[in-house]
Amino acid sequence: MENSQLLVLILSSIGKILIIVHLLLIGVMAMIWSERRVSGWMQDRLGPNRVGFQGILQPIADGLKFLFKEDIIPDHVDKPLYVLAPAMLLVPAMVTIAVVPFGSAITILGHEIPLQIADINIGVLYILAVTSLGVYGVVLGAWASNNKYSLLGGLRSSAQMISYELTLGLAIIGILMLTSSLSLREIAKAQGAYPWEWNFLIHFPAFLAFTTAMFAETNRLPFDLAEAEQELVAGYHTEYSSMKFAMFFMAEYMNMIVGSTVVVTLFLGGWHFFGLENMGGPVWSGLISFGIFFVKTAIFLFVFIWVRWTLPRFRYDQLMNFGWKFLMPVALSSIVVTGTLWITTGSRLIVGIGNVVSAFIVASIVAGLLVMKTPKPTIQDSDNQLTPTALDAIE
Amino acid sequence: MNAEQILFILFGAVSLIGAIAVISFRHPIYSALSLIVTFFAQAGLFILLGAHFVAAVQVIVYAGAIMVLFLFVIMLLNLGTLSVKGALGGKLKGFAIILGILFAAEGIYIAVNSLNDTAVASAESTAAAVTTTTYDIGELLFSKYLLPFEVTSLILLAALIGVIVLVKRDSQEES
Repeated sequence: MENSQLLVLILSSIGKILIIVHLLLIGVMAMIWSERRVSGWMQDRLGPNRVGFQGILQPIADGLKFLFKEDIIPDHVDKPLYVLAPAMLLVPAMVTIAVVPFGSAITILGHEIPLQIADINIGVLYILAVTSLGVYGVVLGAWASNNKYSLLGGLRSSAQMISYELTLGLAIIGILMLTSSLSLREIAKAQGAYPWEWNFLIHFPAFLAFTTAMFAETNRLPFDLAEAEQELVAGYHTEYSSMKFAMFFMAEYMNMIVGSTVVVTLFLGGWHFFGLENMGGPVWSGLISFGIFFVKTAIFLFVFIWVRWTLPRFRYDQLMNFGWKFLMPVALSSIVVTGTLWITTGSRLIVGIGNVVSAFIVASIVAGLLVMKTPKPTIQDSDNQLTPTALDAIE
Repeated sequence: MNAEQILFILFGAVSLIGAIAVISFRHPIYSALSLIVTFFAQAGLFILLGAHFVAAVQVIVYAGAIMVLFLFVIMLLNLGTLSVKGALGGKLKGFAIILGILFAAEGIYIAVNSLNDTAVASAESTAAAVTTTTYDIGELLFSKYLLPFEVTSLILLAALIGVIVLVKRDSQEES
């Protein structure tokens, strides 16, 4: 490689990293504001609207408050891990974005710069690897707090994350078979300009399974058992205060943002939208493609908040049953059907229809089996085995 | 010294320090975390060798899945600090010494051999020439190594069924 090319590579990479990391941090602030405002809108109240125009500076006020609060480290905690845990949750949330292509390419001074920090040929595996590390922050934070509620929250959350990771991985395989590449840029490119060419229609059951698993991975409602307020105070971050607490929250929002970008790349056509991404010159088309990607991600983030106020929290056994006995078989069937139909017919339309039909069949079989197998809880059983809270939930 | 060598020394050092930390920490949680650090450094070494897929799998399987289970077990059993002299010392001492001598012998053998430069040179030449992609690995697994691959999956299936049988028996006895 020539020296000038190397220089361009290094400079453009540094620039992209700076821009993306800051966008991510601003995105977290925007999410905090929009979550509170949208929640207010959905519940027919106002939400924060005092600080700045429409309360848009509220996250900055919140951040300052967190910074100036006393940073308490309780006596009974395991100090090194207690301090390390928030960072161990935040870092994996942040570095996933490195392989996500957030636009096509911009040509500056004759150099074509792809809008992606690193286009590695194991992109999808990298995402799976990094998301699987998020568990450590939760588990270690919970354990280091030396608090029963924290530990229970941490165990719940990690069991949930491990269970749903399987679905997350299995749901992608159908896409990999049709694209025959692990690079996220290739996957985004393989989807055409029009919505009916995007992966979410070809792999509709996998799309639903992946999105559901994504909600579980980010610990969002309806899967936020790790911090079920009524049962566990605040779950794994009960003992945390000040900026360390804020870091747990930032990690959650960052996971949501990064998760949305991954869903947009894998299933919703990346930066494609009716050929709009090819308009304008070499500079404008890149910027437009970035804009399209941005808007798609924002819409998906709105869905996150929307779902939060639509679905109530699952009970723990429901969560596990749903993950292992329902989502997993659906994702597995989509792999088998996609593989067979793609090899035999080679038509995306047939693969898409076959996926939906097989998912429907598998889902009804599983639902039938679950309904037949589940014993109805009697009062005596509940007295022995269930906590009062769980009993309330049943009644 | 080029960038690759610097990275090799870095990853190698981190992996060694991590490995030593695993056996030096008194608390099992810290040992487990040190082991994760070692796995990461090894993933870095795999990437230097051009084996990206293996590196990713190393992180997914070992750091992401197996070590989480380790942590679970340590936390649920609530193991305190362990000392070699106390719980494990007496019975396993002889075994540990024999294993230690064996490993030391292996290490010395490899070190002496690498002085002849043959092993290192061949490794370097292959690393420079080949960057193994996932495509290549898939191709090999489903053609040349099809039988071993299928046998491995059967073994895993057997383990899976074994676990289910064990768990089932327990829950039946309880009720």
